Amino acid sequence: MTTPVPGALRAEVARDGETIVFVAPDRLLEAMTWLKETPGQEFDYLVDVTAVEFRDRERPLEVVYFLRSLKRRADMRIKVELDAAGELAVDSVWSLWHGADWLEREVFDMFGITFRGHPDLRRILMWETYAEGYPLRKSFPLRGRFSRAEQVRQALNTNPEANYSLEELAIAEAAGDLPEDMRDRLRRGERGVIPDPPTTV
Amino acid sequence: MSKRTVELELATPGVDAQGRAARVPLTAEAGPGLAEEHMLVNIGPQHPATHGVLRLVVELDGETVVRCIPHLGYLHSGFEKLGEYRHYNQIIPLTDRTDYLSPMANNVGFALAAEKLMGIEITPRCTVLRVIACEMSRIISHMVWLGTTSIDLGAFTPFLWAFQERERIYDLQEMWTGARLTTSLTRVGGLMADIPDTFVAKLREFTRTFPKTLAEIDRVLTRNAVWAGRTQGVGTLSAAEAINHSLSGPMLRASGVAYDVRKDKPYLGYETYDFDVIVGEHGDVFDRYLVRLEECHQSNRILQQALDRLPDGPINVDDPRVILPSKTRAMSDMEAMIFHFKQVMEGVKAPVGEAYVGIENPKGELGTYLVSDGTAKPVRWRIRPPSFINLSALPRMAEGHLLSDLIAINASVDIVMGEVDR
Repeated sequence: MTTPVPGALRAEVARDGETIVFVAPDRLLEAMTWLKETPGQEFDYLVDVTAVEFRDRERPLEVVYFLRSLKRRADMRIKVELDAAGELAVDSVWSLWHGADWLEREVFDMFGITFRGHPDLRRILMWETYAEGYPLRKSFPLRGRFSRAEQVRQALNTNPEANYSLEELAIAEAAGDLPEDMRDRLRRGERGVIPDPPTTV
Repeated sequence: MSKRTVELELATPGVDAQGRAARVPLTAEAGPGLAEEHMLVNIGPQHPATHGVLRLVVELDGETVVRCIPHLGYLHSGFEKLGEYRHYNQIIPLTDRTDYLSPMANNVGFALAAEKLMGIEITPRCTVLRVIACEMSRIISHMVWLGTTSIDLGAFTPFLWAFQERERIYDLQEMWTGARLTTSLTRVGGLMADIPDTFVAKLREFTRTFPKTLAEIDRVLTRNAVWAGRTQGVGTLSAAEAINHSLSGPMLRASGVAYDVRKDKPYLGYETYDFDVIVGEHGDVFDRYLVRLEECHQSNRILQQALDRLPDGPINVDDPRVILPSKTRAMSDMEAMIFHFKQVMEGVKAPVGEAYVGIENPKGELGTYLVSDGTAKPVRWRIRPPSFINLSALPRMAEGHLLSDLIAINASVDIVMGEVDR
């Protein structure tokens, strides 16, 4: 294709006939904004965001964006290459497509790639205190990093009250309503410090 | 705590100026301090109205949802990771278990992507049989959705009718594949089995009588005041918002966006079938119901056309690299035995490259993205999970509505946790 996407490094054609444009990581947001807002491009729909790590350790990780223009009924694939040894971070496209919210969270959860400017970048499929790393990385063993015994031990020792994030307790001002012993256990848990109960008038 | 008096307007529940049912506040006057106090309510993960192990933490102001925070991952099975350790044909049983309410359509989606990657053209009979599989899946998935949603909103009878129809399709699936749920129907380059002799007659009988059930459901629900009152104007998303949130399938079309992968990026020869893309107008729960109900009619039409044109011939491509030779040939012919051995031991090798195929699943666009480095196992198998992405708009839709509306909105997304969590 002859599209002069800003920051484009090279283009390829995939085996399914789709155009892949490789974009420089630092110019991703610029390229995406251009693709969404330029007349004649109008990629208004974000189909998917994912990442690929190859078995060949030398190859960089790829973050893949599947774009679609519902108006023109056209698709395009944008890729950003990240060196696995360097900082794994790209700009979030959430401001352009809100659909990127959970998709980017999933890539963060599974690959450890940070999305700068994402409003709420937390783990999504794994629990918040999951400590074994990023499951879809090739260095992650299929059965997990911890032994079965360690996984069972951690599961049994999980504090059931810690299923609520402190933020959740705080927004509903529910932290102050918890029984004293429960609040103590939460304080000692992995969730950090509970805010003090709101002072009632 | 002092007792609060509850004042109810005793007039018949009225209609406001816009013609919508007026909601009668249950508490006429809140006590001091009660108005500002928000409550944190946890729904799920084990709750019948969340349609699986979805957990919603809801901040309530009285009965109004101020904030809704979904928690996922209770059914995370790491399918995508598992797929990197399996041959292409060995992945197909995993696809059954993602969206387990429409297993056959998932099988087809994966097989199409693998065939695209390998450059395989499937046979005409296989193409039509896969269309039949996809549309049967759409009907059973929509029937489950309709049944469970009507139960959520207090209508029990449609549930029984819908599940009865679903049972008939399950019988057909069992005839075809031997399994009701874990069908594993497709293979790369074909199908695991041809349809049995009585299948066509039984499916024809189904397509003849199924519209009658749909008409009954339509009569019971569509003009039902309770149903309309609990679904109309609830969870509304405009077309622009639906696009911005990457919604797909009936969720997108109910908001008025006429995008259907079957029409706009046809696969399996869908462009040659005569069917309509059903588009809603208001993007609320009621329109999503109407879209899904009407889609069942369209699926029924496609099934009839597919049965009419079902050609004879082989179901598998004639390519010994991807399709196992018959058992008798493998036992008597040296060449066939070598192919059999190589395929079972080494798997089917895919050329270097990548392929994405999106198909119109009952829940939305199911994408399968495969990246190969030339070995028999994919480097990356990505599922674009339609209900995961549709669910991500739930907080946007639910906030500001009543808690009971949250149940209706969550039901209208049509999630399946096996696919959301994968």
